[in-house]
Amino acid sequence: MTDRLDGPPDPRGDDGDAVAAGSSPGPRIPSAESAPDSATGTTPDSATGTTPDSTSDATPDSTSDATPDSTSDATPDSTSDATPDSTPDSTPASGTGAAAPPAVPSVATAGPAAPAAAGTPKAPRLGPSPVMAVLFLLPGVVLLGAMVIYPIVYSVFRSLYDAGGENFVGAENYATIFQDASTLTTIRNNLIWVVVAPLLVTTLGLIFAVLTERIRWATAFKLIVFMPMAVSLMASGVIFRLVYEQDPDRGVANAVLSSVRGVFGSGESYPDARPRENDQSPVTAAQGAVVTKGSAKPGQAVLLPLVGVKPADLASAATARPAPPGPGELAGTVWFDFTQGGGGQANQVDGTEKGLAGMTVEAVRGGPGGEVAATAVTEADGTFRLTGLSPGDYTLRLPRSNFEASFNGLSWLGPALITPAIIGAFVWVWAGFAMVLIAAGLSAIPRDALEAARIDGATEWQVFRRITVPLLSPVLLVVFVTMIINTLKVFDLVFVIAPGSVQPQANVIALEMWRVSFGGGGNQGLGSALAIFLLVLVLPFMILNIRRFRRDNQ
Amino acid sequence: MTTTSALGAPPRGVLGRIADRVGGGLVQAVLVVIGVFWLVPTLGLFVVSIRQETANNSSGWWTAFTKPAEFTLRNYADLLATGFTSSFWNTVAITVPTTVLVIGIAAMAAYAFAWMQFPGRDALFLVVVGLLVVPIQIALIPIAKLYGGLGIFGSIPGVVLFHVAFGLPFAIFLLRNFFAGIPGSLLEAARMDGAGEWKIFSTVVFPLAKPAVASLGIFQFLWVWNDLLVALVFANTENQPMTKALQSQMRQFGTNVDILAPGAFLSLIIPLILFFAFQRYFVQGMMAGSVK
Repeated sequence: MTDRLDGPPDPRGDDGDAVAAGSSPGPRIPSAESAPDSATGTTPDSATGTTPDSTSDATPDSTSDATPDSTSDATPDSTSDATPDSTPDSTPASGTGAAAPPAVPSVATAGPAAPAAAGTPKAPRLGPSPVMAVLFLLPGVVLLGAMVIYPIVYSVFRSLYDAGGENFVGAENYATIFQDASTLTTIRNNLIWVVVAPLLVTTLGLIFAVLTERIRWATAFKLIVFMPMAVSLMASGVIFRLVYEQDPDRGVANAVLSSVRGVFGSGESYPDARPRENDQSPVTAAQGAVVTKGSAKPGQAVLLPLVGVKPADLASAATARPAPPGPGELAGTVWFDFTQGGGGQANQVDGTEKGLAGMTVEAVRGGPGGEVAATAVTEADGTFRLTGLSPGDYTLRLPRSNFEASFNGLSWLGPALITPAIIGAFVWVWAGFAMVLIAAGLSAIPRDALEAARIDGATEWQVFRRITVPLLSPVLLVVFVTMIINTLKVFDLVFVIAPGSVQPQANVIALEMWRVSFGGGGNQGLGSALAIFLLVLVLPFMILNIRRFRRDNQ
Repeated sequence: MTTTSALGAPPRGVLGRIADRVGGGLVQAVLVVIGVFWLVPTLGLFVVSIRQETANNSSGWWTAFTKPAEFTLRNYADLLATGFTSSFWNTVAITVPTTVLVIGIAAMAAYAFAWMQFPGRDALFLVVVGLLVVPIQIALIPIAKLYGGLGIFGSIPGVVLFHVAFGLPFAIFLLRNFFAGIPGSLLEAARMDGAGEWKIFSTVVFPLAKPAVASLGIFQFLWVWNDLLVALVFANTENQPMTKALQSQMRQFGTNVDILAPGAFLSLIIPLILFFAFQRYFVQGMMAGSVK
C-alpha cells in the first residue's frame, strides 16, 4: 500500500507500479484497447496465482484496485504525463473513444473530468509536484485501503473457509445461502423490498413534489415529510413499534383502521349471540349463520330471538319492539330474548328486552341454500323490513358476518404482515428524500417546453406524461437507484421493528449477515459469504454510478 | 443554488394547474392529511414519553390530551437513572471526532483530486466513486479481526475509525466536486504569489468551501449519530452510544416503553434541532451526494 503511495515522485516510472504488479507500462501507453486487456489479464492471475495469504496481506490494495485502476489509469495518465499541458480534452477522447466502446470512452473522459466540472477549461497549471499530492492523499487512501478495500479482499477469502476459519470449504458457504431455508427467506424478503419499496418511495415522492408545487405552505409540508431523514432508524423503529401496537386502543395504525371500519363497515357485531337451543326457539344455528326453522310469507312478522349477548354490551341499546309488516314485505325483530332481573317469556318480545341493532338480515327464497331475495339491517330497536319480495316462502337468515368477532386490530408485527409493515416505516423515512430531489428536478424543468405543449393543445395529463416525466427521468432514476441500494442494505428497521419471534420471517440479508457472524451465529464463513453476496447485489449500481459520473463529467 | 429553492420551490408547473382547476382546496386537504400522517408517529413517541406508564398501558396516547394529569417527566428521570447519560456522552464522543476527522481527511484528498496532477488521479477517483455504495457489512468481520489484533475492539477510537473510513468516499466525492468548481484563477494567483499547496488549501480553497463543508458536516454528524450497526459490532457496553443502549432495552418492548420512548426521543432531539437549523445545507449535501 505504501509502496504505491511512495511511488509517484517519478511519475512515468511509477505509473505502472500504482496499477498492479504484473502489468508493464509498455502496452498501456499507445493503445487504449490493449490496456484493459492486459489489466484484466493480470488481475485474476495475481489474485489467484498467489496464495491467499500473500495477496491479502501484502498488496490488498493493488489486487482489488487493479481492475478499475488499470483500465483508466492507462490512458489519461500516460497521455497527460507525456503532454502535460496540451489539450487534454480532445486528445484522449478522440484517440480512445473509438477503440473499445464499453470500457474505454469513460477512460478518456475521466482525464478532463476535473477541469470540465470546474468550468475552468483546461487551465495550464503550475503543477504542484506529485509528492505533494501523495501527502494530501495519504491519510484518506490509507484508511480507505486498510478499512474498505482490504476487507473486501479479506472477505472474499474468508467466505471460502468454514465457520472457524480453519478449513477451506470452497463455495460451500455460498451453496448454503441458496439452500438453507432461513437464508432463502431473507433473499425472498429482500426481493420484496427491492420490488416494492423503491417504487413506492419514488411514486410518493413524485406525487408530493407535484402536489406541493402551488401550495403556499409547501415549505412547511416538505419539512414535515422530510424530517424523518434526520431521525435515527433506531428511533424510527421505536416510533413504529408504537404505531403498530396491535390493540386498537394503543396503536395508532389499528386505531385509524378501526375507526375507518366504524364509518364504512357494517357496524355492530355480536360474536357471542346465538339461538336458544331448544325446540321452542323459532331459529337455529347453521354453519355460523342463524336461520329460521320454518318459512315465512310476505306480510308476516318474524321473530328472531337470540341469547348469549353480555347484558353490559347492550346497556345503551334501545328496547326491542315488534314490527307490524306492511303488504308484500317481511318484517320482524332481532332481539336479545332475555329480560333482565328475570321474568319475561321466551321467544316473545317483552317490554324491556333490548333490540340488536345493525344486524344484517337476509330473506332466502325456498329454504336454506336458495338465493338471497332481499337484505335489510336492523334498526336500533331490532326491527327490520324486507321489501320488494315476490309471493312465496322465505327462510330468514342472519349471516355469519353478524357473529364474527369485532375488529381487534391487525397484527402488523405478526409473521404475515411484518415485511409490509416495515416497508411502511421505510417509506415514512425516505419519501421526503425522494420528494425534495424530485421537487428540485421539477423546478429545473424549462417552462417553455411546457407552455409550448399547452399551446399546441396538450392536456395537463399529456403534458405531465409526455414532457414532465421524461424530463424528470434522470432525477427519478437517481432516486430509484438510491432507494434500491438502501433497500438492499436495510438493517436497522427490520432489526428494531420486528419482534424477536417474527425476525425469522422478516429477516433480510444485511440482518442475517449480522446475526450469523455476531448475533449468536458465530459463523464468520457464512457471514463473509453473505457480505460478499450483498456486495455483488450492489455491484451493478456501483458500475452505474461510475458510468454516470463519467458521463456527467464529459 | 437550485438546492436552496428545493424546499421553497417557486409555485409553477404542471399538475399545479390541474390542482387549480380541480380545486386547490382538495389538494390542500390531501396534503394536510399526508402531513398529519407524517407527523403523528413522532408526536406519538413524544406524548408516550411524557405520559405515565400506567396510562400508556391502558389507553392510546391520543387520549392524553384531555387528561393533562397523566403527563409527567418521571419517565425521563427513570431513564437518566439507568445510566443513559453515559451513552449520550459516548454518542457525542463518537460523533464529533468522526465528523472532524472525515472533513479534514476528505478535504485534503479532495483538494488533491481537484487541483493536483498525479498519475492515476482519475482512476483513483473512480475507485472512490465506486466505494460510495459498498455496504459496511463487508468490513465488519475483517475489521473486527483487525481491531482484535490492535487491541481497540470495543473501544471508542475503533468505532470512530470505522466511521471515518466509511464516511470518506462520500465526503471526498462531495468536496472534490465542490472544490473543482472553485475558479482556477484564484489558485493560480495564490501560486504566483508563492503560496505553497498547504497554504492554498488551508487559506484559499477550504474557506471558500464552507457551504460544502457545512453540508458534509451535518450529513456526517447525523449519519454517525444515528448509526446502530457499527456500534452494535464495535462498541462494548461501556462505550455504547445511545442507539445501542436503546437497542438493548428493546428486547422487552411493551414492558418498558416508558424507558424506550424517552430514550428514543432524547436521541432524536439533537438531530432534529440540527436538521431544522441547517436544513438548507442538509438538502444541498443530499443533492450533491445523491449517487450514494
